[in-house]
Amino acid sequence: MNIIVCIKQVPNTTDVKIDPVTNTLIRDGVESVINPFDCYAIEEGVRLKERFGGKVTVVTMGPPQAENALKEAVSLGCDEAILVSDRKFAGSDTWATSYTLSSAIKKIGLFDVILCGKQASDGDTAQVGPGISTHLDIPQVTYVKKIEDISGNKAKVERMTEEGYDVVEAPLPCLFTVVKEINTPRIPSLKGMMKAKSAKIVKWTAEDIKAEPKSLGLDGSPTRVVKIFTPTPRKGGEMLKGDTSDVAKELVELLKDIVI
Amino acid sequence: MASSIQILLDKCTGCTLCVKACPFGAIHIANKKAVIDMGKCNLCGACVPVCKFKAIKLNKEAAAKRDLSIYKDVWVFCEQKKGVIQTISFELLGEGKKLAKKLGVKLCAVILGHEIEPKIEDLSHRGADKIYIIDAPELKSYQDDPYTNVLVELVKEYKPEVLLCGATTIGRSLVSRVAVKIDAGLTADCTGLDIDEKERLLLQTRPAFGGNIMATIITPNHRPQMSTVRHKVMKEAEIHKGHKAEVIRKKYPADLLKSRTTLLDIVEEIEETVNLAEADIIVSGGRGIGGPENFSIIKELAKVLGAAVGASRATVDAGWIPYSHQVGQTGKTVCPKLYIACGISGQIQHLIGMQSSKVIVAINKDPDAPIFKVATYGIVGDLFEIVPALTKEFKKVLKK
Repeated sequence: MNIIVCIKQVPNTTDVKIDPVTNTLIRDGVESVINPFDCYAIEEGVRLKERFGGKVTVVTMGPPQAENALKEAVSLGCDEAILVSDRKFAGSDTWATSYTLSSAIKKIGLFDVILCGKQASDGDTAQVGPGISTHLDIPQVTYVKKIEDISGNKAKVERMTEEGYDVVEAPLPCLFTVVKEINTPRIPSLKGMMKAKSAKIVKWTAEDIKAEPKSLGLDGSPTRVVKIFTPTPRKGGEMLKGDTSDVAKELVELLKDIVI
Repeated sequence: MASSIQILLDKCTGCTLCVKACPFGAIHIANKKAVIDMGKCNLCGACVPVCKFKAIKLNKEAAAKRDLSIYKDVWVFCEQKKGVIQTISFELLGEGKKLAKKLGVKLCAVILGHEIEPKIEDLSHRGADKIYIIDAPELKSYQDDPYTNVLVELVKEYKPEVLLCGATTIGRSLVSRVAVKIDAGLTADCTGLDIDEKERLLLQTRPAFGGNIMATIITPNHRPQMSTVRHKVMKEAEIHKGHKAEVIRKKYPADLLKSRTTLLDIVEEIEETVNLAEADIIVSGGRGIGGPENFSIIKELAKVLGAAVGASRATVDAGWIPYSHQVGQTGKTVCPKLYIACGISGQIQHLIGMQSSKVIVAINKDPDAPIFKVATYGIVGDLFEIVPALTKEFKKVLKK
């Protein structure tokens, strides 16, 4: 089975701090990590390989330093790693990003399963996974919490919904976006880390993936960011003090209008 | 010519204003001049107006102007499950009405499903001027392929200017596909919408970086302008019983309604009495509750309030409660009217998921817990005393 996992390198959110004077994001010294949801996609890819045999190819679009994320993916069990990087990609929105990744996947060629995290922790759009499957014209199942079985070129999966889950059968090739519940990612083994150290990262440019220049980067992006601002930070309010029953009475009085 | 950004070295003084303004950390100073790291730069232009020396030049390629005037009306995709219109649809109709008024166009509801004819009245009472209804057995429950195909055909035929959809499981899966197929711009999870009346642009404001920054996004040259909108942010459209909408019924050939995936079963988890995304009130438990059995005191309070039960990541990872209850970065983002956090310290990952709640109550024994920094009302103390006392008081007030 040929498995492709798409990942994104993101700033570690726990480190994100706001400059109190300028009200902007402090990026200095912020560690870059693999998007948390993509870790579940990597793990699921490696598990599928362990269950059904085959190969896991991990691919990312990003700046040269995203190579580190790919090496980490290799240490976790991915076999091949591709960095799609080009200055022409700057300014990509989800349309252009999914186009670029789908062009890279077309160049990879053979695949049965594509796995993506349900969304990235910096943008939170959840649009790139479905965008890729649409560009490739393959079916998708989003918010997958379990890949129950794959047989006869069909996958049976559980898709998380607001009320519970749907059981869905999908023909391969298919793209799945996964949620946290699907697995518990492993930590890299010593052998994996050694492998990552010497891993050769394949690098592709816009030209390599035969992408239409007009569909890349800012020019290929229908949306434009016109303003970025920091929301007024939420201020802590009133502390209620006193013995339990008084505090409870006071709070209920304060909340009465909301709950009734 | 492709778009580009450039520092005019003769004008740049190395003042660092642009470094601070860059939301992507793409600018640094080297040899007293600003340098842009194109690997990180998003060409968003946030640095351009802050430069006092006009030293940053941004060339955005002027895309061939399309004729956008043929697109009109504001559409709301109305989500139904088992024939029940989801409340997010009413919120979108409420917001859509305002946008339609500013644009001077009609508000249209779009509904796909099976045997949904009786729902027409609900949608017209909520202010829709026009309703597109596509009724077919294949559309009974959501499936990516037929829903995408039908919505794409509708948009191509009737050309809406704006298309809104809930940022739900279904909504995000559906319109992400539609936007790619019709080459439209899509902005995810908006919390604010407005209209630039002069340019007829939809101003879409949304949180990024887990709500640490807000971005306003436009779609200048593509139509429709598409957004998914977060739950519970917009006010539901009021009901006007007399209001009548024009109804357009469409039929599509079988090949458009075909789905490559097959829905085998829909499982509702009984424990989930109220779903988190739709809840007006959420009572959440964290590590401070001590063990799985103690979720009962959280659930009791939730029951009295008609609230949903939320949980911190720690309790989910410990196996005390299913993942579907998790609020926060790797769980759900919620913004109810009232969020009661019990024994939750308030790690940034949790705060990201709930800090836009209207009123936050925090109960924690640690006075320095970060949750108090965002709480409207805080109580330092033993949740095992306070939560049951609250349950008792609410029971009295609500006469339960």
